[in-house]
Amino acid sequence: MDAINIAIKGIFIDNMVFAYFLGMCSFLAVSKKVTTAFGLGMAVIFVLTITVPANWLLQEFILKEGALSWLGASFETIDLTFLQFIIFIAVIAAMVQLVEMVIEKVSPSLYGSLGIFLPLIAVNCAILGSSLFMVQRDYTIVEATAYGFGSGTGFFLAIVALAAIREKLKYSSVPNGLKGLGLTMLITGLMGLAFKSFIGIAL
Amino acid sequence: MSAEAIEVEEVKELVAEPAEPLLSKRRKRIVQDPLNEDNPITVQVLGICSALAVTVKMQPTLVMSIAVVFVIVFSNLIISLLRNLIPNRVRIIVQLAIVASLVTLVSEVLKAYSYDMYKVLGAYVGLIITNCIVMGRLEAFAMGNKPYDSILDGLGSGFGYAWIILTVAFFRELFGSGSIFDFKIFEAIGWTSFPTNGLMVDSIGAFMILGILIWIQRTRNGYVEH
Repeated sequence: MDAINIAIKGIFIDNMVFAYFLGMCSFLAVSKKVTTAFGLGMAVIFVLTITVPANWLLQEFILKEGALSWLGASFETIDLTFLQFIIFIAVIAAMVQLVEMVIEKVSPSLYGSLGIFLPLIAVNCAILGSSLFMVQRDYTIVEATAYGFGSGTGFFLAIVALAAIREKLKYSSVPNGLKGLGLTMLITGLMGLAFKSFIGIAL
Repeated sequence: MSAEAIEVEEVKELVAEPAEPLLSKRRKRIVQDPLNEDNPITVQVLGICSALAVTVKMQPTLVMSIAVVFVIVFSNLIISLLRNLIPNRVRIIVQLAIVASLVTLVSEVLKAYSYDMYKVLGAYVGLIITNCIVMGRLEAFAMGNKPYDSILDGLGSGFGYAWIILTVAFFRELFGSGSIFDFKIFEAIGWTSFPTNGLMVDSIGAFMILGILIWIQRTRNGYVEH
């Protein structure tokens, strides 16, 4: 039950994009067309659902203070937390490489339209951010998986919604300086305002 | 005779290519472009995440800017030194490893000397690793340019990033908390009942301020996105 609550919270209330500003780069850059946004969103859900539990295992059994005690009593005092960033990012980069190969095989058209942004999922802050938040909040492995899935779905929802709005905006007349990024920022702000209405829901 | 000839040739080569002055016109452009016309945030749309997340108050923003400038400059330098040794297929991993090491350094220094600030910035220090500006500069500049130019490029992009987030933080703290660097500016001039705006403290204020900032900056530069 807790796990479901955490997933729902990740999707609506603690939305990666609107509450924590994570994954903004790809959120802004890949949201011009709904189909592309859809593909990227799915890739993010997939990568997050796998990397967060994987990083949880690493954190619990290798990185945390005393985590190496399963190797023997003499390892109990070792604290490898300072390696956290490097290990996490390595896991993420490896996972992204895997996703890239799968997509290239399964759907070359999606692969073509995602282009440079697929390798850039590795540097999507939403992915690393979820792993770091997972550590900060002391989740269990089930909760961590739910959190990974939830925050991925939240990102998916946000980017598809923004892409839909931007497709409509193509036909409107916008001041020159506001075209593109400027207007997108303002829309994101308004969408964030809408998502704020979920705050009142108690889980 | 042949040895002499080679020596002469070498000297000729040295004379033929005089060293570029330390601050030639081209190098000045490398530093200046990202500050305004080619700004990483407002024009290239990179590094937005941390630009918004840490800008509630001026002080954490300043610490964040210093950290980012440090990481960009040094990762640019290291990658530029290694650029001919890195195989193309694994370059992303190599870049990430170097950036992650530098960020770990920053994070440990912050933890040791300024624990309060470390708590405030929290996960966002770690997120410098995935700051697109850092990776973007490594890919686009440091992989193909000499170390000194790369340092200049890093400084330019770093300060281009810094002034934008400091501006955003200035307005967010001024209207959100009624203060600058935690100094209650409105109380100091005798306006004790200044109504603070909750939206500014919230994420939405950041989106709005940055959106308006981009609008103003692009209109001034005449830059139009298609």
